[in-house]
Order: sequence, then structure tokens, then C-alpha cells
Amino acid sequence: MFSYCADPDSIEGLTWLSCYLTTGKHFAFYRSILVVLALLAMAAPLAMAFGFLGAMARRAAFAPLRWFGAIYTNMVRGVPDIIFFLFVPIALDQALEWIRHQVKCPDWTEPVRQGNDFVVCAAAKLPLGSSPQWVHETYGFFTALVAFAIVFGAFAANTLYGAMNAVPRAQLETAEAFGMTERKVFWRILVPQMWIYALPGLSNLWMILIKATPLLFLLGVEDIVYWARELGGSKTSQFDYPHPDWRIYYFLALLVFYLLMTWGSEKVLGRITRRLSHGQATAGGERLRKAAA
Amino acid sequence: MICGEAISKYALRAVTSNPDYVERLLPRTDFPLCDQVVLIGSGLIWNIYYAVLALFFGFFFATAIAVAKASQQPVLSWLARTFIFIFRGSPLFIQFFLAYETFTLIPKVGIDIPLGFTTITAETAWLTRAWLGALIVLFLNTSAYSAEIFYGALQSIPKGDIEAADAYGLSGFKRFRRVIFPSMLRLAWPSYTNEAIFLFHATTLVYFSGFPAWRQSADALYYANYFADKTFNPFVAYPIIAVYFILFTLLIIGLFGLVNTRLNRHLPADHRRKFTFRPTLIR
Repeated sequence: MFSYCADPDSIEGLTWLSCYLTTGKHFAFYRSILVVLALLAMAAPLAMAFGFLGAMARRAAFAPLRWFGAIYTNMVRGVPDIIFFLFVPIALDQALEWIRHQVKCPDWTEPVRQGNDFVVCAAAKLPLGSSPQWVHETYGFFTALVAFAIVFGAFAANTLYGAMNAVPRAQLETAEAFGMTERKVFWRILVPQMWIYALPGLSNLWMILIKATPLLFLLGVEDIVYWARELGGSKTSQFDYPHPDWRIYYFLALLVFYLLMTWGSEKVLGRITRRLSHGQATAGGERLRKAAA
Repeated sequence: MICGEAISKYALRAVTSNPDYVERLLPRTDFPLCDQVVLIGSGLIWNIYYAVLALFFGFFFATAIAVAKASQQPVLSWLARTFIFIFRGSPLFIQFFLAYETFTLIPKVGIDIPLGFTTITAETAWLTRAWLGALIVLFLNTSAYSAEIFYGALQSIPKGDIEAADAYGLSGFKRFRRVIFPSMLRLAWPSYTNEAIFLFHATTLVYFSGFPAWRQSADALYYANYFADKTFNPFVAYPIIAVYFILFTLLIIGLFGLVNTRLNRHLPADHRRKFTFRPTLIR
């Protein structure tokens, strides 16, 4: 990047370091932080949506829908989340390819599962064999995102379901007494009030989500863990910047990165809790009231 | 017997590759359901090993850290807080990576430990093996999470309990052992049950992050992943491991529930704290 970096063998010390840390590969490493942040930014609202739907399904009057909600919210309790992260992307990929196979190649007679292979016609492949590299990478990121949304949606559904039940019954009864329909009670009374009860759980969920992002690496996405291993591995003298095994320093940097993320989030979430507690009939709200008086 | 052949071949494959006891080669071309069920179940030995030992040792260390965090000594309290912050604030995945890289840098030497009747040579190379290295990480990790739970419980011990202990003339360690510790444990137990469940789930990360499997002897998820990769079919191996984990989760809830009943035996039924699932403690 700098002009004096043209011949890395001739420089030393901090100059060498400044050149080393600004190589193209290192910028790919810095960019991969954006991948993590993008995943967080997209997975959080998606998981909330899944969670909200899950909690609503669990409260539904229609029994099969309620059972589905119960299964969805309970599935994460007994099974490690990493199993879902391994299962969902590949299952989703095969499901999509199978559907496309049925639609695009109806006259294909051979079975899709042949022994230990999963064979669909070329037109049904996802992404198509001819598509450029970035499509493959985006598709990989997309399946990972769905896996995150499903797993964290289930956690969020647990939290939101609990929060919906925590809203004082009297509030809902009052609304009914005013002649509100069930739908209106839900949207106008229950939903606005449930957030303060959901917040502790949701804050926790956010922390868990941050700490789950390195799992992207397991799903084949080139995230910060991938680059830390790639860059940290020992480089022989054939490379411009030879160095021994430095992975420990790269992982230390990752550790600090995650500690900063969780520390910062804790501060922000603490503020939001304070704001939402204002005027609520909870212990936190009572403390705020007393402090002001 | 159901799956008799598979059991005789693979029941102990996760712990040894010695051909006297097990079939050394994993299935390669065809993958009968029995082989998958038995091998994944064999891998569970490791999950149980990590969970039981880490929880057992972690319990005592966590109690010490919780007491340190609650102590009046600023240095002690700061140390405990920092320890908890580092292990709770970073992903377990990164902790495994970092620990493995650190352990590989330690020079390989043997240290003789005299035991009186015999001497064993502890090698530092063991640290790079999953059975010790990963166990240490899990132990420290669960200590940090449990310490936070225990600290919370210490803070919410009823004032009256401690005043009563003072009135009886109990002080120092005796007061801790007879009054504070049992109350802390009783209050913390429902959350601690959650911690045990999620630590058990977290053991699946061992062979996926840093620590290599030695001669293909590894935990349940390693085999489930092996089968899913080989057969290109995630709809068999992953449900099998999921069922195993659900069963063991129920077992943990049952066992910890028994302890909870005992811890609460002096209280009227409506004052007892019950276990509620709270996913607050996933790494």
C-alpha cells in the first residue's frame, strides 16, 4: 500500500509491520469483519421475525399450528445449536435443489438419491455450475443466514412467548371489557407492553448471537476465523512477508474483538433497559421512580 | 440382539482404535443404520466425559470465584471479575482455538510426579490432545459461567439467614459451610441446571475447533458429521445425534431435579424454586 513497501526484504521493525498489516490479504481479513457485522445485522431482525411468528403460533387457537409452535420453540432445548448449524444449510440446499429438480426436469427418471450421492439435473443445481464465484459465496452466506435465523428464532420465540404471558392479565381483561376484538387486544395492548419483559432475554440472545458468529467458519464462509488461520499460519521465505506460526496472535486479536463487541453491547443494552423501564410496574421502573423523586 | 454386530465392532471405537477390541476402520462404502447409531452413541462417551469432569471440577472452582467476586478485597474481586468477563465475553469456539495454539507452543517435556508408591510422567504434549486440553478449556469456561450464577445467588441470600447465623455465633468458614453455601446452592440450582445442559451441548464443539481427533476417535458430532459428509444425506445422522442429546438432556434435568428436591426439602412446596428452561447460558 505504501510506496516504501515495494521491497519487503529491505525493511524492518515498525515499517515492516505497517507494510505487513496493509497487504491485500490483510484487507480481506478486515473486510471479513464486515461479513460478521452483516450477518449480525441481518440475522437479528430475521430471528426476531421467526421468533415472533413462533410465539404467535404457540398461542394460536388452531391446534396443529400450536403444536408446530411448541415443537419449534422446544427443539433448541434438547439439541445443541451446532447440530442445527450443520444440518440446516445442507438440508435447505438439498430441499431447494429437489424442488427445482421436480419443476425443471419432470422427465428425469433416475432417483435423486443414488447410493451415497444426491443427483439432480444440471439445470436444478444451486447455484448453477456456470455462475460466477461471488454467486456461490453469496449462496453459502444465505444458507448460513437461514440457519442462524431458524436457531435464534427458536430462542427468541421462547423469550417472546414468556414475555407475552408475563403481561398482567388485568390489562388484557380491561381491553376486552372495552369491547376490543382479540386481534386488537393482541396488537394494541399485549405487543406494546411485552417488550420490557422480553428485553432481558433478548439482550442475552444478542450476546449469544455475537458469540455464535465464529460458527460461520464451520459453514464454509470466509469469515474472520478463516482469515485468522490463513494469515497466521507460518509463511516460508517464498512469501513476501515470511514469519513463523503467528496464529496465536491472530486469535488473541479475535478474542479482543469479541470482548469489545460484548462489552459495548452490554453498555448499549443497559441504556435501552433503563429507557424502557421508565414508568413500568417492574422493579427496575420502581427504582427509577424513587431515584427521580 | 439388535445391532449386535455393529455393537461388537464399534461400541468402543470412540475411545480406542486397538484392533483387539474394535474394528479399526470406519465404514467407508455402505453405511448401515446400525453402524451409524452405534458409532454416534460411542462418540457420546467423550461428550459425557467432558461434561462430567468439567462440571465436577468447575463446581468447586466456580464457588471459589463467586466468593472472590463477592469479597471486600478489591484485588481479589477484580481478578474474579476479569476472569468471568474474559470467559463469558468471548466465544467458546475462539477459546478452543486460542488454547490449542497456546498449548502447541509449550515446549514438549515430561514432568515426573511422585505418587509415593509409583511415579507418573506427565507430558506437556498431553495438553495438545483433546482429552486434556479441551477439558481444561471447558473447565475454565463452565467455571466462569457458573461463578456468575453463584455470585447472583450469593447476592440474593435472604438477609435473615445470615443474621440468624450470626445470632447463633457462627462465623468465618463455619458460617459459610453451614448457612451461606447451602442457601447459595439452593438459589442457584435451577440456573445451574441450565448451565449443565448447555455445557453438555457445548462439548460438541471440541473436535470442531482446534483440537484434532486422534485416529478418528472422537465425540458424537464428529461421527455424525462424518456420516453426513460421506452419505451426503443429513437426514439420518443428525436426527440420530439429536435424539441422543434430547435423551441425555432429559436425564440431566431428571438428575438435577432430584438434587433440587433435596436442596429444598426443608421448604414448603410453594416456596421451592423450580427449574425453568432459560437459554441464557449458551456460549
